[in-house]
Amino acid sequence: MTLVPNQVASPRERRRAGIRRGVPFGIAVFAIAVSFGILARPVMGSVAPIVMSVVVFSGSAQFGALAVLNAGGSTAAAIAAGVLLNARYLAMGLALAPSLRGRALSRSAFAMTTVDASWASASNGDGTFDAWYMVGVSIPQYVGWVLGTIVGVLIGPALANPNALGLDALFPAFFLVLLFEEARGQRRLAAAGGGAGIALALTPVVPAGLPILAAAVAAVVASRMRP
Amino acid sequence: MTGTWVMIAMLALATAGMKLAGPLSLGARPLSARALTVVELLASALLAALVVVETFGEGRSLTLDARALGVAFATVALTRRAPMAVIVVGAAAVTALARLL
Repeated sequence: MTLVPNQVASPRERRRAGIRRGVPFGIAVFAIAVSFGILARPVMGSVAPIVMSVVVFSGSAQFGALAVLNAGGSTAAAIAAGVLLNARYLAMGLALAPSLRGRALSRSAFAMTTVDASWASASNGDGTFDAWYMVGVSIPQYVGWVLGTIVGVLIGPALANPNALGLDALFPAFFLVLLFEEARGQRRLAAAGGGAGIALALTPVVPAGLPILAAAVAAVVASRMRP
Repeated sequence: MTGTWVMIAMLALATAGMKLAGPLSLGARPLSARALTVVELLASALLAALVVVETFGEGRSLTLDARALGVAFATVALTRRAPMAVIVVGAAAVTALARLL
């Protein structure tokens, strides 16, 4: 839902409108990133979580990979979980592609600013996207994500026992929020139900991380359902 | 520690690659409709798996502890359309309270 029609407003105005739209997202993202910083520091050290937020900039992949490592899973399983969680960017990029003009470098620069909330906000509803608006919506989220991670890493050591504060419940709560936004429609609900069932059934049987990866089978099965 | 940096580099490259593949039309043939459907469904399947494993998993066993109350709070807050920060912080607070009692 773009608030400014692209034909009328200049790129600068559209980007500004996007930034205004992105501020509430940025505040939420900041809070999530603080918890990422707190939870990641004991596992990854002080610098790596911040670098990760700067170069990966993806809540689902970062929390997903961290959850696998935290449970004692291997680096390979953590990478695979993060990649599968972000596979949706392939579909989002394909949808976005026709709306991007110009040289490869400029198209790449726009595409790199894709994150869920920005992509959805920049959709014009007719299959086209307002790329400048999307850039704007992403700016406060990027700032919030990186700053929040830094704050989390810094305040983490002051918290004597993170679990006494219920911080281990932040993981499932965060994934639940993303799941509610994602799992709309029968096929996605089926994929979600199947994924949860597979992961629960496999947790006592296989090493940490693998139950999450095995849940991908549910996506393959659900894809055979009628839309 | 090397593993951590490898993971960060791989996730950064893979995420960028997936964001750019469409706009740069990499790959000679476009993905089939079937493959695209699987891609669209992956996030739902994995997120649901993460929710249950992070709620009930304890190493290689399943347990019911204070986290479940936090997630129950998050579910109610979500259906009431509470802001994301309230849902997530509230889930932690409920879990912490349950551990105090």
